[in-house]
Amino acid sequence: MAIIEARNLTYTYPLSEKPAFKNVNLSIEKGEFVLLTGPSGCGKTTLCRCFNGLIPHFYGGKLEGEIIVAGLRTVDHPIHELAQHVGLVFQNPENQLFALNVEKDVAFGLENLGYPRDEIRRRVDWALKVTGIYDLRSKPPFELSGGQQQRVAIASVLAMQPEIIVLDEPTSFLDPLTARNILEVIYQLNRSLGITVVLVEHRLDLVARYANRIIVMNNGEIIADGEPRRVFLDENVKLVGIGVPKVVKLYLLLKEEGFDLGRVPLSPEEAYEAIAEVLAHDRG
Amino acid sequence: MIEVDNVYFSYPNGVEVLKGVSLKINDGEFVAIMGQNGAGKTTLVKHFNGLLKPTRGRVLVDGVDTRHTTVAALARKVGFVFQNPDHQLFSETVEDEISFALRNFGFDEKVIRERVNWALNLLDLTQYRKVSPFMLSGGEKKRVALASVLAWDPKFLVLDEPTIGQDSYQKEKLKQFILHLNHQGKTVIIVTHDIEFVAECEPRVILMANGRIIADENARDVLTDPELISAASLVLPEVTQLFMRLNDLGFPRKVISVYEAKRLILERLRQVMC
Amino acid sequence: MSMFDGLKYRSVSSPIHSIDPRAKLVYVCVLFVISVLFSQLIPLLIILLIQVPLVVLARVKREWLRLLRGSTFFALLIFAMNVISLYFYGASQSIYSIIEHALAMSVRFIVLVESFSIFFLTTSPDMLGLSMEQMGVPYELCFAFTTAIRFIPVLAEEAQTIIDAQRARGLDLEGGNFMKRIRNYIPILIPLIVSAIRRSIELAEAMESRAWGATKKRTNLYVLNMRRRDYAFILLSLLMLAVSLYVWLAIRIPSLIQILEDLNIL
Repeated sequence: MAIIEARNLTYTYPLSEKPAFKNVNLSIEKGEFVLLTGPSGCGKTTLCRCFNGLIPHFYGGKLEGEIIVAGLRTVDHPIHELAQHVGLVFQNPENQLFALNVEKDVAFGLENLGYPRDEIRRRVDWALKVTGIYDLRSKPPFELSGGQQQRVAIASVLAMQPEIIVLDEPTSFLDPLTARNILEVIYQLNRSLGITVVLVEHRLDLVARYANRIIVMNNGEIIADGEPRRVFLDENVKLVGIGVPKVVKLYLLLKEEGFDLGRVPLSPEEAYEAIAEVLAHDRG
Repeated sequence: MIEVDNVYFSYPNGVEVLKGVSLKINDGEFVAIMGQNGAGKTTLVKHFNGLLKPTRGRVLVDGVDTRHTTVAALARKVGFVFQNPDHQLFSETVEDEISFALRNFGFDEKVIRERVNWALNLLDLTQYRKVSPFMLSGGEKKRVALASVLAWDPKFLVLDEPTIGQDSYQKEKLKQFILHLNHQGKTVIIVTHDIEFVAECEPRVILMANGRIIADENARDVLTDPELISAASLVLPEVTQLFMRLNDLGFPRKVISVYEAKRLILERLRQVMC
Repeated sequence: MSMFDGLKYRSVSSPIHSIDPRAKLVYVCVLFVISVLFSQLIPLLIILLIQVPLVVLARVKREWLRLLRGSTFFALLIFAMNVISLYFYGASQSIYSIIEHALAMSVRFIVLVESFSIFFLTTSPDMLGLSMEQMGVPYELCFAFTTAIRFIPVLAEEAQTIIDAQRARGLDLEGGNFMKRIRNYIPILIPLIVSAIRRSIELAEAMESRAWGATKKRTNLYVLNMRRRDYAFILLSLLMLAVSLYVWLAIRIPSLIQILEDLNIL
């Protein structure tokens, strides 16, 4: 069975008349790296809040249809139980760190769950090492850079050893190099630990190469869902105007002129190979 | 003209953020100040309207030393749009928000009405005139913040990280808007680390690292220099990354625009095929 | 840097830093009681001086001196108030004894500042929160306390950004009469409050997502264990209290003026 399964899911915030999203059908398998994107206000953040039960338990409102995460119907289980299966990392790193030093922050979830002390210590050290911030463990949060703070936020959900990590625009306040390093950490969680990743991002140029699947939302509906190369060619996606990576744009521009590079490139490296191949082929 | 003359700046806690910065921005220019978070970009531009005063050196705005005048007087000339609109919106209606600065500057009511109408129209906000700014979406709030500064028609416009959190459609509109303003003669200064955005706009680029300017050239020369870009802890534009590789097939290295990339590749493909 | 830095925790390692916060709390309480107990200059001066080695041992001399400098204004104020009130309204006393008494009141103030600063300079708020927790204060309160402290620098920075943003739109904070000045702060307070509310919602969301309130039997990564030297420190503090009580009850404390007169200096 899929690890995240949504059927005809529709949600309306309290005091709102229009649903934030409607009739969402979604099935995410264990181990996938899913990129969720779409214009601002399309409902992607709202959808993320359903994955660990913040919706409906924290936000209230009206949730119709069904959503099952890690085998649990989220409406029937409290957030703290779902939190052990789904880790949520938010956009602003500053507002998800509460403690006065890094390791205490990473321990927070496990403390709440009442784990024995030596188990907490073991898991905290592990999470700090995996995210590369073990040396920062006794620093206060305000002495950390934005990138380091976001690593702490990731480590602190990782310590609960969830099967799924959902990240809502985790790099939007970061400069490109730092953003790339954070995405590399997330990719490693997916690759070496097999954690299912759902990543919300606008900056497709940075993320396209990591994801095995892209879901595009617009106006509260899923308008495209599939393998990145296919989604980038989708006519619906073009109309919404999500910012495809520059190399994809180049591919599309060449295609308009009647030159097909064969495969949609997801990185400059792939674009280079495709172009070199076409040139060599035509020469030969 | 804004002249920055060997400026040093330290915060009261002793951290030195600017270490001898000199530059000149002429009227009508379009400049991007780039660098990693913490490189000193925002600290530098806060000197342009006197929010910060140099610890050493001086800043002249149209010949006036910022140390000898007030922020309010400088702000008339140098409009500054902050990164997060939530840090400035406080009025009951969008209209009041836009007239706030105009009242502070002592414009008379008739002029205020005209200017507010003009700004609402310019940023496509007329329908929200009587709406509370807190009810708007993130992108709309950004536009209100921009309108509230443009309303007094400052000669210089500084935008701090205008693309953060914006989707590609919003970025495209912002790009058009900035280019339009600049075309009409306004001096535009953007502070950003969004290299793809800068690659599309092709302004003059001032690159900062560790409180110093490490490059000040046109976008094409700065953004295609791997050493400079890595010294500033940025990442080369995708198109440039591609052409760095294509160089061994005889393509030029200094390409930042996707349209130029298309042209170069098409030319070559057509050559080969004929 | 402001004088409040003299109350802000400095993360250095020293024997005083490593003493259990609870033991230090006992010390501060004892000091408080003693300094209220005595109103004569000589004992208060002694209390002032015997604390100096602690400051040196804690390696926070610089911050401590800054705090003392910062509190001289208040100390002088207390001195002046006492002199004036005793001179005009007090029973007729010699000017010397009035000055001595006023001086004693100033020293008492400095002693209090001194002992509180030793406590706050050497106790991390985290540890303080933890010791509150272990003393049976409900966890929610301790969490609120440490989180509030964690967000002080963040909010200070945010307030500065908002002030900058509004000044950039021509807001003049200085000008005008009293009412106008108060009104000037509205454009700063509203964004500050709105973003504090937004921040608190985001915080709550993040807390929920990390299993807040999952069990009543919450555990803690750190435990504070009272060690022998912590008990020794408490014992020492209590000893000080006992000696002071004895002195207070059994010995008539001479005033400085008297001593000086006896020695024929005055």
